[in-house]
Amino acid sequence: MNIEQHTEEHYDPVSNSMGMWLFLFTEVMLFGVMFILYAMYLHTYGIDFRHGSGQLNLVMGGLNTVVLITSSLTMALAIWALSLGQRSKSFLFLGATIALAGGFLVVKSFEWAAKFHHGIYPGSAELLSRSPGEMVFFSLYFVMTGLHAFHVIIGMILITVNAGFLAKGKMSPERMDLMKNTGLYWHLVDLIWIFLFPLFYLIV
Amino acid sequence: MTSTTAAAQPSYLAVKKGIAGWLYTTDHKRIGILYLIGMSIFFIAGASFGVMMRLELLKSGLQYLDADVYNRILTLHGVIMIFLFIVPGIPAVFGNFMLPLMIGAKDVAFPKINLLSWYCYMAGGILALVSLTLGGVDTGWTFYVPFSTSSASNIYVPLTAAVILGWSSILTGINFVTTVHRLRCPGLKWFRLPLFVWSLYATAWVQILATPVVGMLLILVMLERFLGVGVFDPTRGGDPILYQHIFWIYSHPAVYIMILPAMGVISEIIPTFTRKAIFGYSFIAFSSVAIAAIGSLVWAHHMFTSGMSDTARIVFSFLTFIVAVPSAIKIFNWITTMYKGSIRLEPPLLFAMIFIFLFSIGGLTGLILGALSLDIHLHDTAFVVAHFHYTMLGGAGTLFFAAMHYWYPKMTGKLYSIKFGHITAILFLIGFNLTYVPLFVAGINGMPRRYADYLPDYAFYHQASTVGSWIMYGSFLLMVVNFVYHLFKGKKSPANPWQSVSLEWQIPSPPPLENFDTIPEITEKPYKYTSGSV
Repeated sequence: MNIEQHTEEHYDPVSNSMGMWLFLFTEVMLFGVMFILYAMYLHTYGIDFRHGSGQLNLVMGGLNTVVLITSSLTMALAIWALSLGQRSKSFLFLGATIALAGGFLVVKSFEWAAKFHHGIYPGSAELLSRSPGEMVFFSLYFVMTGLHAFHVIIGMILITVNAGFLAKGKMSPERMDLMKNTGLYWHLVDLIWIFLFPLFYLIV
Repeated sequence: MTSTTAAAQPSYLAVKKGIAGWLYTTDHKRIGILYLIGMSIFFIAGASFGVMMRLELLKSGLQYLDADVYNRILTLHGVIMIFLFIVPGIPAVFGNFMLPLMIGAKDVAFPKINLLSWYCYMAGGILALVSLTLGGVDTGWTFYVPFSTSSASNIYVPLTAAVILGWSSILTGINFVTTVHRLRCPGLKWFRLPLFVWSLYATAWVQILATPVVGMLLILVMLERFLGVGVFDPTRGGDPILYQHIFWIYSHPAVYIMILPAMGVISEIIPTFTRKAIFGYSFIAFSSVAIAAIGSLVWAHHMFTSGMSDTARIVFSFLTFIVAVPSAIKIFNWITTMYKGSIRLEPPLLFAMIFIFLFSIGGLTGLILGALSLDIHLHDTAFVVAHFHYTMLGGAGTLFFAAMHYWYPKMTGKLYSIKFGHITAILFLIGFNLTYVPLFVAGINGMPRRYADYLPDYAFYHQASTVGSWIMYGSFLLMVVNFVYHLFKGKKSPANPWQSVSLEWQIPSPPPLENFDTIPEITEKPYKYTSGSV
């Protein structure tokens, strides 16, 4: 039996999109655990959380929010361009998305480096001398932004794969499920940041 | 692909022989068999660890296992049986094999992802076994903090295994939900679905929504050990009780991942062997959904003694009583289906009836544990061990065996020995009750769970239980022999040895590579039996 024919027969764009949405539900539940923990500890340590939040760099966090929302726009534009058959334009937008995602990670690493410089990292002597609420706040900060950054990296890899397929001419307006699903994933990563930003930076 | 005739299509076993034909397969039937092979090995390993524990408990005092080794074997028994047998069991083996056949499809929605989930399963399973050679883990399968973050044993390996197994579970769930939505054959409306498909569908949703929760939690335990993140560490502002809450938010719905597919299996078996339509189809379907929904809200009944407000305990106790209602509805439905049926007591039905008996005991003792005042006395005693073995092994396990006996001719194209099937079932029934009834009594009298030793007063119960475990283990081995021997020496099975009307039995045994020559069209509800037609 011819493999190509076999897969052709099973091709169903609705299934592909449905599978991706179900996967996104699992991501929501994964981050949901962290948000529940955050809610519980905010309830217990309200004042300490505000104190912790005041030590984060609002300018860098705000900059990153703008960067990530813009990257969602360029991702959507890449899909739009491909659906019109404009491959080179789509390729450029994918490149812009990767660049913005990289920019996000650079800013994030500066933020983390600044915290490390002040001796604030999980299990550090400095942090252990703080109040219990601040210790939990920074634990959650590192875990949640770290998990989010991990998702950004996965997203960058996916977008790069898309760009590769596009360059090889393996994507067309009729066969663009991979890029659409990558777009869905990228928007979710963006959306999670939209929640992380106020919870960590804006509760002062 | 051009249409082929039934004679021209080879059976799925006949094409692409050789090991590569199996390891690279994307055929849902072969993946189901791959799962079955892996799972049988893990199950026998897990059962052997159980028998080892019982052997240690044959006499008061420590004989051949010291307390540390006992804890490690206990943990591995739990991890293997929960994560490698009961949770994936029926969906991964029979769901994979039967779901596309029952909905008139050629395969699941994502065949390659299906194979990936098998590799995740095997990788996780082998890692779990490897952890034994790295010194083992002594935390129990629940990995409670602070013990799991401070225990000296090498805990990364089983945690990684559990996370990988979670991936396998999620991928299967996504596959099944999409398959049921997209690949039903023409005319197969939702309320014409066989009940096994309904139960797989409900289970798949719980798998998708609950598994990431425990995955994240176990990752947090690893981060806590590795990086000193103190989310659950009281010295760093964390709250260990929160770990238990989040653990059981997953792990209680997980018991419904275990039991719902089993309830689907029995809903197939009873109509077939009583020649009657299932009684109250929609009640069974909706009670599955009700179990999945209410079952997500009862988690804290595992924590009545952990420290909670009285209000929370009363609410969770009440919800625990409520969740017994849909389960009881199903029991009544199955029994009513058998009433005035023309019953053929073949091994699958015998196992199904054993299930009703054992699961009723398991369910009712669950109510005893769900009652607040009694739970204070019974918490962490052998009573709890007996209770969950009645629901898990007596429930999901028994129906796994029933499903094996029911679908074996379809999967292999061979007939097993009915007589040995009957003997297996009776031995299992005797051995099971002898193993766990004494534990109920010992538990009420105060025997704690997870102990490698006991006071001489409990000797009688433990000795009876250990003898029971040998009988039960013997019944497992007999089952394996019956199936493996007849795989090679068995008589060829007709396409439909049980004269079932469901769709998977209407094609040859073993099924052809592409399942159906022409996609069937469904015009009526399932289980259209005319009473006494055989």
